[in-house]
Amino acid sequence: MASKPRIKVPKSASAGEVITIKTLISHEMESGQRKDKEGNPIPRRIINKFTCTFEGELVFECDLDPAISANPYFEFNAKVPASGTFEFTWLDDDGSVYTAEAPIEVK
Amino acid sequence: MKRLLLAGVVLAASIAGSGPVWADPVEDTLEIDGMPIVTQTAAPEGHPFDEVYSGWLFRSAETRDLERDTFENPGMIAVEDGEAMWNTVMGSEGKSCASCHEDASVSMKGVGAHYPKWDADSGKPINVELQINKCLTEQMGAEPLPFNKNGQRELTAYIKHQSLGMPVELDLTEGDMQSWWDRGKDVYYTRTGQLNLACASCHETAMGKMIRADHLSQGQVNGFPTYRLKNGLTSLHQRFRGCIRDTRAEQPKAFSDDLMALETYVTWRGTGLSVETPSVRQ
Repeated sequence: MASKPRIKVPKSASAGEVITIKTLISHEMESGQRKDKEGNPIPRRIINKFTCTFEGELVFECDLDPAISANPYFEFNAKVPASGTFEFTWLDDDGSVYTAEAPIEVK
Repeated sequence: MKRLLLAGVVLAASIAGSGPVWADPVEDTLEIDGMPIVTQTAAPEGHPFDEVYSGWLFRSAETRDLERDTFENPGMIAVEDGEAMWNTVMGSEGKSCASCHEDASVSMKGVGAHYPKWDADSGKPINVELQINKCLTEQMGAEPLPFNKNGQRELTAYIKHQSLGMPVELDLTEGDMQSWWDRGKDVYYTRTGQLNLACASCHETAMGKMIRADHLSQGQVNGFPTYRLKNGLTSLHQRFRGCIRDTRAEQPKAFSDDLMALETYVTWRGTGLSVETPSVRQ
């Protein structure tokens, strides 16, 4: 079950400032390696890609593999040139796409 | 030789005189996402301590930091699960919690700070978990949630989280609350188990001391259900039972009369502290 992702981006920054971005999404990250009570393999279902863009420009991108634990958390830095919006995308194995965005104002 | 011996004695005395490192709760202030949280306040009348301290003040700097930011707080994932449950239809009446109570941030504000309350129907105090079960069975046509299962902890955490930052205050004048408070006090001071410990042995007499690697707090309950680093979200009665098990006593059942009385009394002991649900503890 994936619920709404959580993101933390400062509301404002000065031009060229390096800010810290934190993201977290609730997801089981079922590895595909486990078996259920009857011994049948549980099919893999993970978030396989995470992307962060700023006004269309790529900021951070990451492929995820089955060894990553549930509720993947990312923390990274970005330099903000001007006011705009960060967009975040998580791709699920089942084809679902979870998105979120956060505006930032440069003073 | 004698001089050397004397120097050794002086050295030993100065080490002993420096006192325990962890004698007291730390001096620190807590803000959760900018909201000030009361972690230290004057005790209510009749309280054995002059000041009550939140368990937050007894934890390490790293653990304290986790609670400062709801983003970092691992307990918030459970709160989100509780929110999903709040909006889920349960039972034969086709109702969810939200069908009647609507927006929890309005309707449930203050609930976490004022429970347990008097329940005239059963003639006993009622806590949030049992109130949920009462709604489920009487209003929603659903089965009650078994102790600690099927999202009971998560939904309780979500409801109590709506009172974050509000001071704990019980109304002991309602119904027979005072006699349950008295009974809870008896439970608190009664030594049990092979180790012959009462709640008060650790959380009152030895408050602030180390019990092996653990720093003993006042045993306040203002942050329950709490996220414990060792086993995740932990409900209050689970914690009571765990403590009682550690004294090597027979564990009373969750929501039994003894533990409901204890919840009433221990909640009162934290009067004035802010609700911290979900707090982060070791």
